Amino acid sequence: MFSLTFDDITAIKLSLQVATSATLLALPLGYGAAYVLAFSNMRGKALLEGLINLPLVLPPVVIGYLLLLSFGKNGWLGAILGRIGINVIFTLKGAVIASAVVGFPLLVRSIRIGMESIDRHYMTASRTLGAGWWDTLFSITIPLSYKATLAGMTLMFARSLGEFGATIILAGNIPGVTQTIPLAIYQYTSTPGGDAMALNLCMVSIGLSFTVLLISEAANRAMGVSRAS
Amino acid sequence: MLLEVDLEKRFPGFGSRVKFTLTSSRCGVFGPSGSGKSTLMNMLAGLVDPDRGFIRLNGKTLFDSDRKINLPPEKRKVGVVFQHAHLFPHMNVRKNLYYGMKRRRSGGGDIDPGQLIAVLQLERLLDRRVTRLSGGEKQRVALGRTILACPDLILMDEPLTGLDGQLKYQIIPHLQRVFNEFSIPILFISHSLHEMRMMTDDVLVMHEGAVARQLTTEELARAEACTTGGGYINLLELDVDRDHGDLLSYRWGEVELMVVKSHAAPEGGRFSLSSRDILLFKKHPEAASARNMLACTVRNTYTTEWLVGVELDCRGNSLIAEIVPQSVHELDIRPGAEVVAVMKASAINRLY
Repeated sequence: MFSLTFDDITAIKLSLQVATSATLLALPLGYGAAYVLAFSNMRGKALLEGLINLPLVLPPVVIGYLLLLSFGKNGWLGAILGRIGINVIFTLKGAVIASAVVGFPLLVRSIRIGMESIDRHYMTASRTLGAGWWDTLFSITIPLSYKATLAGMTLMFARSLGEFGATIILAGNIPGVTQTIPLAIYQYTSTPGGDAMALNLCMVSIGLSFTVLLISEAANRAMGVSRAS
Repeated sequence: MLLEVDLEKRFPGFGSRVKFTLTSSRCGVFGPSGSGKSTLMNMLAGLVDPDRGFIRLNGKTLFDSDRKINLPPEKRKVGVVFQHAHLFPHMNVRKNLYYGMKRRRSGGGDIDPGQLIAVLQLERLLDRRVTRLSGGEKQRVALGRTILACPDLILMDEPLTGLDGQLKYQIIPHLQRVFNEFSIPILFISHSLHEMRMMTDDVLVMHEGAVARQLTTEELARAEACTTGGGYINLLELDVDRDHGDLLSYRWGEVELMVVKSHAAPEGGRFSLSSRDILLFKKHPEAASARNMLACTVRNTYTTEWLVGVELDCRGNSLIAEIVPQSVHELDIRPGAEVVAVMKASAINRLY
């Protein structure tokens, strides 16, 4: 029979919270990175691109471990954050950071492809019509890359819902604090008699992912913004 | 308008060095593709940074490498109408038109959008999506959008090249009406001599990245007529007069011209007539198959490579005929001589 425990519901809530925060946090940075990759001619672009895409090909556990080293008490980021009283290890913040880093390349890749399909002449036209750089960004570039951005956000959100490897190393698996759906499933499968419970959460996971896809598809259609000229 | 330019720009495999001063408000930049026209346009608009030199428009410095001045495109007040209209696809016609106007900085002109929309005949298109416009309509919207931004100078980069056949010339009356009405200086970039002659008074001829010549458009037309071999083309502006069944008569100033009927709805417009389709007679040929016989006075003659151009005065209108030197001699054609210019009705073709 399908039933969820209190811990399961908390895990679902945490998963949604982590995925939402990670996606929103990564959005401005991801948009900026995509813009640089799509439009700038700067030197070392290939290097930057490789760096951004690294989490896509590295085992998440490796990323988690590197994050743990950086954010640990003796890590360079951990030391800075420690001075202002912020600790991310074994906290929800850690789960958000792990998801943000792992999902980042997916976000950037989608937005970048969308941006590259924009005819650059639209931007030059707006500049000659008296719009400055920021004005052009908000009135031309962002509206024209809206669909791609939405697609990237969806992809990243879904990826964050499923994040496991980096999260378990950086944030641990603490029920009610950092235990998201995949971590809860992992725990059930390693507990005798937990199979049914694991399956329940699997169903939830499938339902959530599917809902995300449907919502993004609907939003996409409702926007009705066509890039075709 | 006063535009002073002295610029240098090097690309791998191509260099551009332009220096000129323009005062006419209807100027053209003429040259084949690859002659540096687009580079010049991009440098004037601020879309490409020159390596060295200066740009001054009406005394205002837009770029000066010595004084480290380089205004961004949005501060130059130099509008651009691109070869492909580049209307913003996520906005309708109205929003496109008002895009530049909303961003106009203080001290802008006083162009009335309603009046401009009327002149460009865009009233019925205002709420339409730009993806559902024809090529000519798109160009008209692009032109309106640029004008409403109230620039001090409008650069037109081959605005008719993307349009085909008849459409190409249909937009010309709109352009002429707009520039007459709103008196905005233009720099018209094109490789088409016809377009140049309809839109400009003075021309810069570009060749391999430099300004080869600066002359009036009429001088260019005569010079080009010799080198291209096609002969000088007279461009006549005619008003419709009467329908004669197979023929239409048009008023050309004080004289009447017969033209073969080719359009369902006869109306005035611009027609072309090759200088080599005009026969000159010393006396009126009483009976001839040609429908047009005009009494003219020779104003002037000039020699081209192997023909003589005869500039005729037809009761105030100018007409150029090209004939061989022997005929000039035999007919005794010199300034002041009276001749009859004869041309077939079918030699006069409608451009728009």
